[in-house]
Amino acid sequence: MAEELGTSPDEVQFRFRDGEPVDHAAVTVDSFLDQSNATAVRIEPGDDARALLPHLERLALVEVNFPVFGDGRGYSAARILREAGYVGELRAVGDVLIDQLSSMRRCGFDSFAPDKRLDEEDARAAFERWPEVYQPAADARRPIWAKRHGQD
Amino acid sequence: MYLYDQYDQAMVDARVAEFRDQTERRLKGALSEEQFRPLRLMNGLYLQLHAYMLRVAVPYGTLNSRQMHALADIADKYDRGYGHFTTRQNIQYNWIRLEDAPDILADLAAVEMHAIQTSGNCIRNISSDHFAGAAADELVDPRPYAELLRQWSSFHPEFSYLPRKFKFAVIASDTDRAAMKLHDIGIQIVRNHAGELGASFYVGGGMGRTPMIAPCIRDFVPLDQLITYAEACLRVYNRYGRRDNKFKARIKILVHELGQDEYTRQVEAEFAHMLEQGIEPPLAELERIKGYFEQPVFESGLAADFDRSDPDFALWADRNTHAHKAAGYVSAVISLKPVGGIPGDASAAQMHLMADLAREYSFDECRVMHTQNIVLPHVRIADLHALWTQLEAAGLGSPNLDTIEDIIACPGLDYCSLANARSIPIAQKISQRFAQSGRTAELGELKLKISGCINACGHHHAGHIGILGVDRKGKENYQLLLGGSEAQDTSLAKITGPGFDEDGIVNAVEKATDVYLANRAEGERFLDTYRRIGMEPFKEALYG
Repeated sequence: MAEELGTSPDEVQFRFRDGEPVDHAAVTVDSFLDQSNATAVRIEPGDDARALLPHLERLALVEVNFPVFGDGRGYSAARILREAGYVGELRAVGDVLIDQLSSMRRCGFDSFAPDKRLDEEDARAAFERWPEVYQPAADARRPIWAKRHGQD
Repeated sequence: MYLYDQYDQAMVDARVAEFRDQTERRLKGALSEEQFRPLRLMNGLYLQLHAYMLRVAVPYGTLNSRQMHALADIADKYDRGYGHFTTRQNIQYNWIRLEDAPDILADLAAVEMHAIQTSGNCIRNISSDHFAGAAADELVDPRPYAELLRQWSSFHPEFSYLPRKFKFAVIASDTDRAAMKLHDIGIQIVRNHAGELGASFYVGGGMGRTPMIAPCIRDFVPLDQLITYAEACLRVYNRYGRRDNKFKARIKILVHELGQDEYTRQVEAEFAHMLEQGIEPPLAELERIKGYFEQPVFESGLAADFDRSDPDFALWADRNTHAHKAAGYVSAVISLKPVGGIPGDASAAQMHLMADLAREYSFDECRVMHTQNIVLPHVRIADLHALWTQLEAAGLGSPNLDTIEDIIACPGLDYCSLANARSIPIAQKISQRFAQSGRTAELGELKLKISGCINACGHHHAGHIGILGVDRKGKENYQLLLGGSEAQDTSLAKITGPGFDEDGIVNAVEKATDVYLANRAEGERFLDTYRRIGMEPFKEALYG
């Protein structure tokens, strides 16, 4: 049995999806690929998110770990999963700070379990900071150029 | 030039509010310095040796007079009455208080400016040809493409925590005036055989401690795929660029370690995937931006010559102007390299004057050059004398464009916490030495560049003559390099041998120029002679 990793629902501070937080123990990407029944996985910065793509239908939770906030590989991992059609919970865990929240949200994270709980008011302000966006990403926001040219 | 609409303005206004909030959290202790650091850096605020330094973005170097006046006002109000124009076509203020930084950003936002992503491991200010829209030899004005990239790269959610900083340059002329191949991504707008415009991508160039010339990984990206291709280049880098060692984290190391072919293969695979994602702005957006870069209405039938009766003026007009696409006009360079001065520095009064002159003589536009000078892009030849008279009176009339006095120098140990040695005093001594000996004119085009440490902000690898300041057993020591170029014939300079002390390096530069003068063939620049005769004769003169 692989060692169980992952955050518990109690540790999820912000969530942008219906239903209860997924409560499955996440396993490493290697363990996940070896097991036919795992439904939750944790991606570390060095893991290739594309290795999960053949198995998206059985995944209910993907945790993406940020051991240090300055390592931005998790943003690409998140977007790759969303681009491939993953619709399950995508949880940012680890060194998740106020000032990364809006970018993480844009890359497709819909659940946040920071190592250190964040100030609620500061976090709300951060999620709502940007009135507009310049580029499409993994969220549904229309970029400025689409608004300028009347595109959906 | 580009003007903000309500969307662009909303973005910079939101940024000011965000940074005000972040600064307040820092000042009340809710953010540690470690947590605050990347946030202030992404707003261009560095902690230097003596104070905070604020770097303000000047997208592709273009400013109108209102913006230049605002930069002068900031120098007066928040700094010590001057600013420093940089090799990235930006401006830096060296004596900023943290408490003032949000107010400065608000002042900048009022004139459609910002300090967004002028630092940090993100996509930095996009640089371009300083003669864009004016040069006789350009295919098109490269700045609309740079502006399209600016908007795409601003607050990019996936690429704000890259392995390392990331710099773009965009040109549209075979003559490279932007050191394009020494950027993380250099783009040249080209026309293919079918007559269509597109972009050549050069990826993995850079200076720093491991200088590399970017290889061309794709010679033609259609304009309606430009952003998508850039996104693919960045994603491969974000995922696989090294993060274990900050000195090996730039994209040039990734391209080098994977090899150009393998990096290109990965980019092309990602690009094919990205094309399915619908991330490319419509061409109508590029057209909208191009509308802001319409050529001014130039007069016809203007005089192509000027009165040469004043030799000082004739010297300046010959040396500090560049051929313009419209007859009767030139681009006029204002040198920020007075003999014995600090390269790239301008006082608030000088900035106000340059703003007024841009308005009066150059369709309200000026540019910051990566060589740390200012150019008025569209000046009637008939106005040159009046322009020069006012520049001369303000100490801005140095006739030394592209000469040995036109030195690029980083701030060095006088300001910078990374530096090993001072750069500014070396630049001052060299310009004084050659001005006094009267050799400047005789030497012709000679690009001398000085960095105070291995990070190479002063572009020493790309100097015809480069100087690198190092620390040798606690003393400043200066290595001499020869043979670099940042132009279309990009080359990396080589070290001559053991370094010199502060006076020794000035003598060494003079000796190198003696070798050139003794060996040059008709019409050869210093660089040409070096390339023909090689390093040996120089070594012999220096160490023999």
